[in-house]
Amino acid sequence: MTYKPEWAVSVSPHIRKGTTTAQIMWTVSATLMPALILSIYNFGFRSLFITLVSVLSCVVVEAICQKVMGRPVSIKDGSAVLTGILLAFVIPPGVPYYLPIIGAVAAMFITKELMGGLGYNVWNPALVGRAFLQASFPVAITTAWIPPQQLAKGVWDVFLSPGSVDAISTATPLSVVKQFGMTALTQQFGGLDSIYWNFFIGFKPGCIGETSALLILLGGLFLLMRGIITWHIPVSTLVSAALVAWIFGGENWFSGNPLVHVLSGGLMLGAFYMATDYVTSPTLKSAQILFGFGVGGLTVLIRLKGGYPEGVCYAILLMNCLTPALDEWFKPRRFAPPKAAPVAAVK
Amino acid sequence: MAGTTFAKGGIHPEEHKELTEGLAIEVMPPPRQVVLPLSMHFGAIAQPIVKKKQEIQEGEVIAVVEKALGASIHSSVTGVVKAIEPRPHPTMVRCDAVIIDRDPAAPPRQYESEDWRKLSREQLLARVKEAGIVGLGGAGFPTHVKLSPPPNAKVDTLVLNGAECEPYLTTDHRLMLEYPEKIIEGAKILLKILGIKKCLIGIELNKTDAINIVNKTAGQSADKDDGEVHVQGMQVKYPQGSEKQLIYSLTKRSVPGGGLPFDVGVIVQNISTTLAVFEAATMKKPLYEKVATFSGRALNRQANLQVKVGTLLSDVVEYLGGTKDLVKIVSGGPMMGFAISSLDVPVTKTTSGVLFLNSSETDLGEYGPCIHCGWCMEACPMGLAPKEVGLYVEAGKGHLTEKFGIFDCFECGCCAYVCPAKRPLVQFARLAKIAIKKRG
Repeated sequence: MTYKPEWAVSVSPHIRKGTTTAQIMWTVSATLMPALILSIYNFGFRSLFITLVSVLSCVVVEAICQKVMGRPVSIKDGSAVLTGILLAFVIPPGVPYYLPIIGAVAAMFITKELMGGLGYNVWNPALVGRAFLQASFPVAITTAWIPPQQLAKGVWDVFLSPGSVDAISTATPLSVVKQFGMTALTQQFGGLDSIYWNFFIGFKPGCIGETSALLILLGGLFLLMRGIITWHIPVSTLVSAALVAWIFGGENWFSGNPLVHVLSGGLMLGAFYMATDYVTSPTLKSAQILFGFGVGGLTVLIRLKGGYPEGVCYAILLMNCLTPALDEWFKPRRFAPPKAAPVAAVK
Repeated sequence: MAGTTFAKGGIHPEEHKELTEGLAIEVMPPPRQVVLPLSMHFGAIAQPIVKKKQEIQEGEVIAVVEKALGASIHSSVTGVVKAIEPRPHPTMVRCDAVIIDRDPAAPPRQYESEDWRKLSREQLLARVKEAGIVGLGGAGFPTHVKLSPPPNAKVDTLVLNGAECEPYLTTDHRLMLEYPEKIIEGAKILLKILGIKKCLIGIELNKTDAINIVNKTAGQSADKDDGEVHVQGMQVKYPQGSEKQLIYSLTKRSVPGGGLPFDVGVIVQNISTTLAVFEAATMKKPLYEKVATFSGRALNRQANLQVKVGTLLSDVVEYLGGTKDLVKIVSGGPMMGFAISSLDVPVTKTTSGVLFLNSSETDLGEYGPCIHCGWCMEACPMGLAPKEVGLYVEAGKGHLTEKFGIFDCFECGCCAYVCPAKRPLVQFARLAKIAIKKRG
């Protein structure tokens, strides 16, 4: 006999807080829009088109994977859209249009769906996409920069070209520092005050969404206020990056310029939007602080001592590897546990 | 007053108490028929001592538990036993029940009051037992057993739980407002039974009117022979009324996992239970009437009703003018109550409220994968890792979750409440406990 209840029955609780996974994803995506608008102003409509291609590819790749794997298609939860935006934000604006498509396959198929879908991936999908592109297209990913304020200067024609926009290649501040040192940076980008100001606002060559510390900071503060992220990872990341830059960044010890490092490259975007990814970062606050210190420290270490001018992507991916271990080592403090520990805990 | 609170975790759900907190307790006319389940308490099912067609007086014993842990059951009406058969039960799905047709001509039974101070503590305890009183907060643990702690337990404090931290419920709030003298007297009776001198009444700060009136009453009736009764304001935070959290909030003592309140020298009683103890001790009145909140926006009229135990929910709904857009019925509060599938379920001794929720108040949607936001771990008042337990259960490894302290989980529902993926974390916790017990 099957008994069909007249009314819904389920295990308690019967009321839920309003926030949903989809709301979180869409909110985070929305806070990235100011940075995208500045990017269009800086690098022209190519920024927008690359971002659109990236978002569309991520959504389509995820939907196809889910269909093939017999999982429910979860486009509405917004996580693929967010990954698409973040993937576009960490590649240069001048890359060919097929690059974000390849990146999307690496991000959504290999990193996310093959690992089990949302919640089960070990690495940040957008950053694996970026790392995959860096390994496969090392030239495009490290040279396809566009000098800032193109739209403002009325430069229109090159932004729709299908290939790399190498005609107007420039160099990012970090690669200038890497190849020619700090003196060259001040020669090329003006005095330190002008560097701080332009880097803070976002007028510098760089990846699509990473240039403006100010807009990322505002977006991050909004997420902090809404309780979507907490301060632990961003603050520890920035503090440790500044510390390592100060200690090892100069000619002598303790003579580096921490501010240039904090405002350069993808550190701000990484600290507020990449390292804070719930799935790939540790859950407990104490573990998050350690995680952030690792990200910041490794980033500047790679920048100063490694082969690449920029290290945020690899720093976060390396720390992602450590997340399961951090989750295992750091457990919440229990309220009044049993006096004699259960057998399983001793084992 | 800042208000005390528990050590960690907790949530602030919408209260919905405005629906009923201003409504005075209303006596519902007795129904034509009552259904008295033989299990309304923690322990063994009671054995009926009446037969079909037997005439029964209001307040007469109809079922007892002889040797095991349990409590007697009394008829809530004067009438004739119609049947003894299985009927729907709020938590056990079905349970044997004594069904009594009420004699409409019979007048309500009257009780005479006497001074409890003339009785010895043994006599008082016997009256509590005879009245069939159980913990009315929900668990239904027999009160006379709880009031007889083992001799090695050094109990020094009685805690009365006036937190009523569950949303919607306003039963204890109304009782404190309308019967403060009886509650204070009840507290003093409990102190006498326990042979101790200190009682703390914890009340959440969203009930300042209750705090003031109970405090005033306690002050006016203070008598140093009776012991001290203090009222303490507590922060409005769920689950402030959970036993361990309440004890920590009021006394800063932590009941260890697997332990009981008397391990830290405390006995906790509910406000409704205290009132029942007062009525049993002074009037020999058994527990067969219950004040409960009937709320939720699907109900045409919400109310705090005094009903006969055994009244069917269908009768209550009819009395309150029916329902519209009803999607879920919950016996108890929305955080820890049980969803029930039929209106043929009776009000029992432990019913503190019944909620009739409409589609805007409760969410019947699907749940998604865990995104490891960690909100459940922040919300857990016991410092457990609900998300991990959920993942283990989903992977068929629920029996390995003891290391997360799963047996400390009292299923308050904070984790599931905050979960953005709407995961049924309480259900996962229950499945984990079952899996561990099975592997035993």
